[in-house]
Amino acid sequence: MLDDLDLTEYEPVYTRPESFTDTIMRYCPGCTHGLAHRLVAEVLDELGVRERTVCIASVGCSVYTYEYFNCDCVQAAHGRAPAVATGVKRVRPDSVVFTYQGDGDLASIGLAEVVHAAARAENITVIFVNNAVFGMTQGQMAPTTLPGQVTTTTPRGRSREEGGYTLRVCELLSQVEGVAYLARRVLTSPGRVRAAKNALRLAFEAQLEGAGFSLVELLSACPTWWHMTWREAFDWIDQTMTRYFPPGEFVNWRGCGQAKE
Amino acid sequence: MNKPDFLLLIDEERCKGCELCIEFCPKGVLALASSFNRFGHHPAMVVRQEDCSGCQACVTMCPDACIELYRRKSCVGKTAAAPE
Amino acid sequence: MEDRSGATRKLMSGNEACAEGAIAGGCRFFFGYPITPQNAIPEYMAEHLPEVGGVYVQAESEVAATYMMLGAAAAGTIPMTSSSSPGISLMQEGLSYMLGCELPCVVVNMVRGGPGLGNIAPSQSDYWLATRGAGHGDGRCLTFAPYSVQELHDWSAEAFQVAARYRLPVMILGDAVLAQMMEPVRLRPRGEAMSLDREWAVGGGLKGRERRIVNSLWVVPEVMEQVNLRMKARFDQAEAEMVRFEEVGDEEPEMLVVAYGSMARVAETAIGWAADEGIRARLLRPISLVPFPYAAIRVWAERVRLVLVLELSLGQMVEDVRLAVEGRCPVEFYGRAGGPLITPEDTLSVILSMAGVRRML
Repeated sequence: MLDDLDLTEYEPVYTRPESFTDTIMRYCPGCTHGLAHRLVAEVLDELGVRERTVCIASVGCSVYTYEYFNCDCVQAAHGRAPAVATGVKRVRPDSVVFTYQGDGDLASIGLAEVVHAAARAENITVIFVNNAVFGMTQGQMAPTTLPGQVTTTTPRGRSREEGGYTLRVCELLSQVEGVAYLARRVLTSPGRVRAAKNALRLAFEAQLEGAGFSLVELLSACPTWWHMTWREAFDWIDQTMTRYFPPGEFVNWRGCGQAKE
Repeated sequence: MNKPDFLLLIDEERCKGCELCIEFCPKGVLALASSFNRFGHHPAMVVRQEDCSGCQACVTMCPDACIELYRRKSCVGKTAAAPE
Repeated sequence: MEDRSGATRKLMSGNEACAEGAIAGGCRFFFGYPITPQNAIPEYMAEHLPEVGGVYVQAESEVAATYMMLGAAAAGTIPMTSSSSPGISLMQEGLSYMLGCELPCVVVNMVRGGPGLGNIAPSQSDYWLATRGAGHGDGRCLTFAPYSVQELHDWSAEAFQVAARYRLPVMILGDAVLAQMMEPVRLRPRGEAMSLDREWAVGGGLKGRERRIVNSLWVVPEVMEQVNLRMKARFDQAEAEMVRFEEVGDEEPEMLVVAYGSMARVAETAIGWAADEGIRARLLRPISLVPFPYAAIRVWAERVRLVLVLELSLGQMVEDVRLAVEGRCPVEFYGRAGGPLITPEDTLSVILSMAGVRRML
């Protein structure tokens, strides 16, 4: 039916972002890493900065990020993307630099790097995907694993004695003065995804205005290692995760912070 | 053969059959195909194109940017607001 | 003040001369972290890099400093960092990533007593770390060992050209003595900034070129192998072109003494005294440790009765000397570890005993 339609009568409303390469992404069905990627690609297109953007890929499920974004990319060692981004941005101040990191990369081995990049008010944007486990290595506890959550390294559920307490990155970074924009969003419905994209756009605008460090935390589903269907995973995010990680805007250099959802 | 107001093109080889588009479409325009793509997934397919209101819920939720949306030039005003 | 040749001479510490040399060599991006005895290098850079439009960033750790270097090198410059033994241990992973990403940089190591927290006394116990280190995987740093404040100045400048030419990390290996002692230095003029125009450089805007990826993840083993073979070819080229050493002492020696850095200065004095005692000894001082002057030592091994290796360590370079000598004559070692210096008097008595012992046979 489609082939015989004359497409000239139609105009595009939504097409695949130019900031995406053609590579098919390797994320599991129902994982929302790809969705987070897509929002970043759309924002890069809308801001028209793809040609001067440098993506700093981290290590985790998103390790192949450099294959997905159609711009210059640098692969950082586990946890060190904010440091690599610092080096790139200091040498190329006109470039637009963002890191794409998971919770293992950013909140575990790389916590010092992201805190100090923020404290130095580095003009970089950090995309922080929080899915409460180490995904690539098959489901271990992450700093963002919730109390009682069972993972391969918290077989009896995370507790004070086994695994300690959950780290809230946005709340931590909200105390750091070099931060220009800081928000946590959720990817579990069209409305929430649109709010997430708006947050990403503001984060990149903070960088473009030289206002300082920006980070958007995106609560993301990991059906595979949560051992859930994606529907159950989305519900778990909405009902459980958001209790520990309340979405909202923590810092906004323009002052007009949206109320916490 | 009437011309639909909106047209959804799905890259079946890229789709992983995750069903997010199907779940969030308010009009039941999409469903999983019974065929397999080369990765062994049942890709999403358009089953009721005529009911599409152009709300973009599907392209908003697709984790792999498999879906493209086109609108007939003559009916610009008819796009529905995207659902929450 | 100006000397006869018109160059400016200045009394400087090794650290400062090294930093100024880097600026002269075109360094414009330095990522540092405090650790004694090299602190004056980041301090000097923080104060003077802005004079030439450069950038100093104090990182939160030596680990982060190394990855800032990786980002800066990916963006096209030849970046620099400096540290001392414990910090250099922390940098090994990052240097391995530089090798895997085929990125150049300059790293200064002012070695201190170790292992562990150790102390801030001089030592040469990082020879293996410098010449066999650079983290996991094949590959290591080209390594040069100055033995004076002037050489620290010159080699720090030269290192940027070497790093760029061979697209490898270059280590300047000093120690706590060289870092902090002061000597007059003939200053090199401050040259142009290192160019950012590199075939791999990211961030300068696509402008019609293909996008570039700086990466060391190669899942297909054969592809990873190619990265290694390209790196090896660059090391082989450096092996052919960058061997540097100096010799002093008897033209017809019965004994070859091999020592580098501060230890070579002590050995030089002792050899002079030994000559007064009728001992014919010659000092060969490696300046390039990678590539190591194997051939030059091998030539002497054919003609001397023994080779004596002196190090401020339990014996690390001695293994390279044995590789060079390959059994042609005995190789003896004397060293002290943990920070104490070997005095010229001690060195003389070692030389005498070595010569004496051989004479009784």
